[in-house]
Amino acid sequence: MKIFKIFLLMILFINIANANTDIKDKNLNNKILKNIRCLVCQGQSVYDSESEFSSTIKLLVKKKINEGKSEKQIYEFLRERYGDWVIYEPELNRNTYILWLLPLLLFLLGGAIITKKLK
Amino acid sequence: MKNKIYLSAIVIFLIFCFVIFYNGLNRSNVYTPKINQKQNLPKFEAKDFYSDKNITSEELFKEDIFYVVNIWASWCVPCRKEHKFLMELSKNENIKIIGLNYKDNLNNAKNFINELGNPYSKNLTDKNGLLSIEFGAYGVPETFIINKRKIIVNKFIGPINKKTLNQIRKIIK
Repeated sequence: MKIFKIFLLMILFINIANANTDIKDKNLNNKILKNIRCLVCQGQSVYDSESEFSSTIKLLVKKKINEGKSEKQIYEFLRERYGDWVIYEPELNRNTYILWLLPLLLFLLGGAIITKKLK
Repeated sequence: MKNKIYLSAIVIFLIFCFVIFYNGLNRSNVYTPKINQKQNLPKFEAKDFYSDKNITSEELFKEDIFYVVNIWASWCVPCRKEHKFLMELSKNENIKIIGLNYKDNLNNAKNFINELGNPYSKNLTDKNGLLSIEFGAYGVPETFIINKRKIIVNKFIGPINKKTLNQIRKIIK
């Protein structure tokens, strides 16, 4: 009887662990799909689109996650084939310095003007 | 004086915004990909269209010649239109055309080939479309030119026509 109880507990723990990994994978999957642009649609992410292109990308992302690939590796794979445009959130590099830093600079400038006025 | 500086800064800023938005008005909002981006030939393993045997990219592209990879499907209407140009291209002995049958029913695909002719030296099945993603494809039909150093030097999105056929001929010369 004791062995049976231990066995039941073990099965329960394994299932909980599996469910946790599934939820994690699904969250990662959705996060990645929302950040990939559907290149044959207008203004839609792959997550929102039902086009042939998007359905294939959905399959690809699922496969890559199952293979244990990281989010960055998946983006890199797509970027190599479709360019920076395919990812909604561009990475910080030489071409995107202005894009990333300009809002911050404007924010600081605005803050400086406000502080100066208040003084 | 200070007011004048502020005023001119605002006017310059507004002109700047106007120019940016005015230019944006004339731009097409349909994304046109960079089609001349050179890319290495991907390594993959796929199933042969006829024998269903696995074949690797190394075995497929082993010869020191130009290859043309064409993504097609029997359900794709433009593929039917471009087929005669592929047949014409297949007469060139310096190249090999590899077909990639995209998300298709095998029987329909075979009927398509039987009806219109077979320009492909080898045909692969791409049941779920993942192989076409390896090439960086957007859909069907699409054609890739691979040079002797196994680099994708050009890709043609959409059906091949007389103009693109001539372009391909120039590239593989």
